[in-house]
Amino acid sequence: MGYILGLMPQLLEACIVTLEVFIIVLILSIPLGVAVALGRKSKVAIIRKILELYVLIMRGTPLLLQIVIIFFGLPIAGITFDRFTAGIIAFTLNYTAYFGEIFRSGINSIDEGQYEGSEVLGLTPSNTFFRIILPQAIKRVIPPVANEITTLLKDTSLVYVLGLDELLKIAKMASNRDVTLVPLLLAAVIYLVIIGILSKVLQNIEKKYEYYS
Amino acid sequence: MLKVKNIRKHFGNVEVLKGVNLEIKPGEILVVVGKSGGGKTTFLRCVNALEHCDEGDIEINGKTLCKDGKYIDKKHLRELRKDIGLVFQNFNLFPHMSVLENLIEAPQKVLGMSKEEAIKKAEETLGFLGLLDKKANYPFQLSGGQKQRVAIGRALVLEPKIMCFDEPTSALDPSLTGEVANLIKSLSSKGMSMMIITHDMDFAKRVADRIVSMKEGQLQDGLIFKEDVQSAVS
Repeated sequence: MGYILGLMPQLLEACIVTLEVFIIVLILSIPLGVAVALGRKSKVAIIRKILELYVLIMRGTPLLLQIVIIFFGLPIAGITFDRFTAGIIAFTLNYTAYFGEIFRSGINSIDEGQYEGSEVLGLTPSNTFFRIILPQAIKRVIPPVANEITTLLKDTSLVYVLGLDELLKIAKMASNRDVTLVPLLLAAVIYLVIIGILSKVLQNIEKKYEYYS
Repeated sequence: MLKVKNIRKHFGNVEVLKGVNLEIKPGEILVVVGKSGGGKTTFLRCVNALEHCDEGDIEINGKTLCKDGKYIDKKHLRELRKDIGLVFQNFNLFPHMSVLENLIEAPQKVLGMSKEEAIKKAEETLGFLGLLDKKANYPFQLSGGQKQRVAIGRALVLEPKIMCFDEPTSALDPSLTGEVANLIKSLSSKGMSMMIITHDMDFAKRVADRIVSMKEGQLQDGLIFKEDVQSAVS
């Protein structure tokens, strides 16, 4: 017990890095995902093609590899970021692609009649999208978005490759140092608790949208 | 109020509208009857610019909507939409908005009304439609007839000069068709023109000032169908 209490400060400190990456990436990638979803429905073919390629690359290669390339590869081309920024950029690019696909499916699932109903009232395309289509699409994509959010929290452990002291890395170091699995089990519990809280929050959001069917 | 001159429309190789002519006077209730697949819905959609006809002219309240099959640009179209309202067959209400929110959205965004003004106007309209007690409800909580009245109200708050109805009796209990007919009549008595698309002959006779029949892509005066076309419709 004394050992566990002694470990907790280090693990919780590492947890802050994990949560920072998680929250910043979430705040950036969800709105960007909506933008990508819109772009993939653009009338301009070149925008559609570029975004299609972007989504293919982001979904078609490992996230770990994308992080490595952004941090270690781009400096060769003269573009450098600090570790944390590189991590945020890589995660945001990757998660935006996934969120984009989820939002695209949500937007596509809205009945054509909603567009026509807005059109005959004289609503502008932007009013139609933000007031009529998107709110309905959000309700429909909450379950898959919740999936992605929990995956994101666990994926943040990949920033170890940048040398950032996140939760799993610190737990692993302690485990090696003290030759025991206890730090890893503790890390597991911490992940589980955070995801438990997140799930509750996401459930509440889902409930909030149950006011209509 | 509405002038349609020789409009034509084809989908692929099929010519659906083969030169349609029509004029509706202020306050007139015009009913277009016809069998399904006869082009009446396409005609309605062309008049509401949801579909573009290939040839012909359409004029609403003295303003050009389309000339020789060429529609006005989007900005002018949004302006012209204030003069024409459409009640869809399946209503297309906004499910995530309450009845009141459905009614105040367009007045605020399109007419630039303040929220208070829009609510006042919407409540007047709901009162007229007998729906004031439903203003906080959501569309899924309403019956078919109530949904239709909300859809009518949503178009009505914009005070169009002409209202179009696509099959207004199709989603209703037969006992309610009389109610809709009376509602439409009371609106026209205020000077609003009506264009109603239906295959319900009894309803057409009950509500119309004038009936035209859509047959093989053209309009003919009067009711030309002998038997009830409803039975010919799936």
